[in-house]
Amino acid sequence: MMSHKFEIQGLTVRWHGNPLLKKISMNIASSEILGVIGPAGSGKTTFLRALNRMNELEQGYEMEGRVLLEGVDIQSPDYDVVSLRKRVGMVFALPIALPMSIYENIVYGPRLAGVRNRAKLDEIVEKSLTAAFMWNEVKDRLDSSGMRLSGGQQQRLCLARVLAMNPEVILLDEPCSGLDPISTAKIEEALTELKQNYTIVLVTNNTHQAARVADKTAFFLMGELVEIGPTNRVFTAPTQKQTDDYITGRFG
Amino acid sequence: MRIHPRHTQRIAVTVLGGATLLTLAVLVFIIVFILEKGLPVVGPGFLLEYSEDMGRAGGIFTTIVGTLVLPVLAIGLAGPLGIATAVFLTEYTVETKVTKVIRFGTDCLAGIPSIIFGLFGFIFFVTTLEMGWSILSGGLTLAFMVLPTIIRTTEEAIKAVPKSYRQVSFSLGATRWQTVKRAVLPNALPGIVTGIMLAIARSIGETAAVIFTAGSSLRLPTSIFDSTRTMSVHFYILAREGISLENAYGTAAALIIAVLLVNLAAYWTMHRFIAKRS
Repeated sequence: MMSHKFEIQGLTVRWHGNPLLKKISMNIASSEILGVIGPAGSGKTTFLRALNRMNELEQGYEMEGRVLLEGVDIQSPDYDVVSLRKRVGMVFALPIALPMSIYENIVYGPRLAGVRNRAKLDEIVEKSLTAAFMWNEVKDRLDSSGMRLSGGQQQRLCLARVLAMNPEVILLDEPCSGLDPISTAKIEEALTELKQNYTIVLVTNNTHQAARVADKTAFFLMGELVEIGPTNRVFTAPTQKQTDDYITGRFG
Repeated sequence: MRIHPRHTQRIAVTVLGGATLLTLAVLVFIIVFILEKGLPVVGPGFLLEYSEDMGRAGGIFTTIVGTLVLPVLAIGLAGPLGIATAVFLTEYTVETKVTKVIRFGTDCLAGIPSIIFGLFGFIFFVTTLEMGWSILSGGLTLAFMVLPTIIRTTEEAIKAVPKSYRQVSFSLGATRWQTVKRAVLPNALPGIVTGIMLAIARSIGETAAVIFTAGSSLRLPTSIFDSTRTMSVHFYILAREGISLENAYGTAAALIIAVLLVNLAAYWTMHRFIAKRS
């Protein structure tokens, strides 16, 4: 039986009183890619950010319900949010290289976690960049600024930066929205490789991307989870009419 | 009637360019004027010798020492205090009535004339706390005076750091302090340094607040409890009491060069720091 990484039970998120997510209940299995699709404003990003508690960095958010990570509710007040974010890494929609060298970008997380040994850091950098399919592109200029990379490279740098923390879960928020097809292909290739060792949640505006890489797909609409199931099934035989309308491009 | 955009464009360039040119001209005129009158006096002797006969003869060595020591003390106190306050206000508190009142208070404090600070320093430090006319009284007073500038410029510099840097940092498992230290402050540094430079310039140029609190002794201070005279005060006294206009201009020229050197050094250091990161 496949184990559940996340169990989400009746998750409601309000922002200044407005419900952004309404009573979401679902499970996320480990070692697979969950694609999350839905039109703009459907609550995909809010859902994603509930999984590593990034919503609370801004004022006005209220949560209800439970989000269990391996059986422990991450929303309880005494849950250590710093260690949560080390286990649940995140890649944002826009590639954001911090204004420091490629090397320093990658070791940002490990350094926070207290890794000081230079050889160990070197090893982490090489491993993470290799897994993000960019080691050969940048291995000779690790000391140059991460901001000088192209958008596609920066996004893979962001992925490598998350991998460097050795997380259990990787959340990706429309990671390819600003990227060209070749960079997109590289990211997708990396994700397909990575899913053996990580649980991946991929929010995407591109339904084809979900169809290509996701094992399971969830469809959100107006803050509600309309449908979730194996990607093949959701795309070929959706049980809900709204899902069918969305993936065939009738709205959204 | 509508003026053709090509003409409004030309007018805009003329007006904006003219304003820039005028500003530059005033600046150059003042500097050239002072340097022309003052530079002939400035030599190694003028810079390294003690004053004689109230400043009529001799050099300005002790006033250079005073000019160095007072701002160092003031910025040494106000810098860390101001930066810490700004970090707390921007990163650790949410915008409420209380923070707005604090911010309004700092803005008001920044607008108080320096002679009021001088008077306060005289009554509080010199008289009530019995510190006398001393480097300590002067430094504390100057620190109070430049504190609002440092807080406000640091706040603005911190706010200008993109929110996304903080998000990335938090998402990588950073605590708030780690985020401030590694993602926010390094990127706010150029703005913070600019604020500190302004504060240094203000305290170097300050006369009223210093005369009241640090006094105007021409002797070489041996401790922070001694009175001292800064170059600005020296200039003021030489000119005001008609002691020696020649030496007054010499002092002014040396002061301008000193401020210029401090600025150049700061910008050079900052430039190297930024070039490394971007």
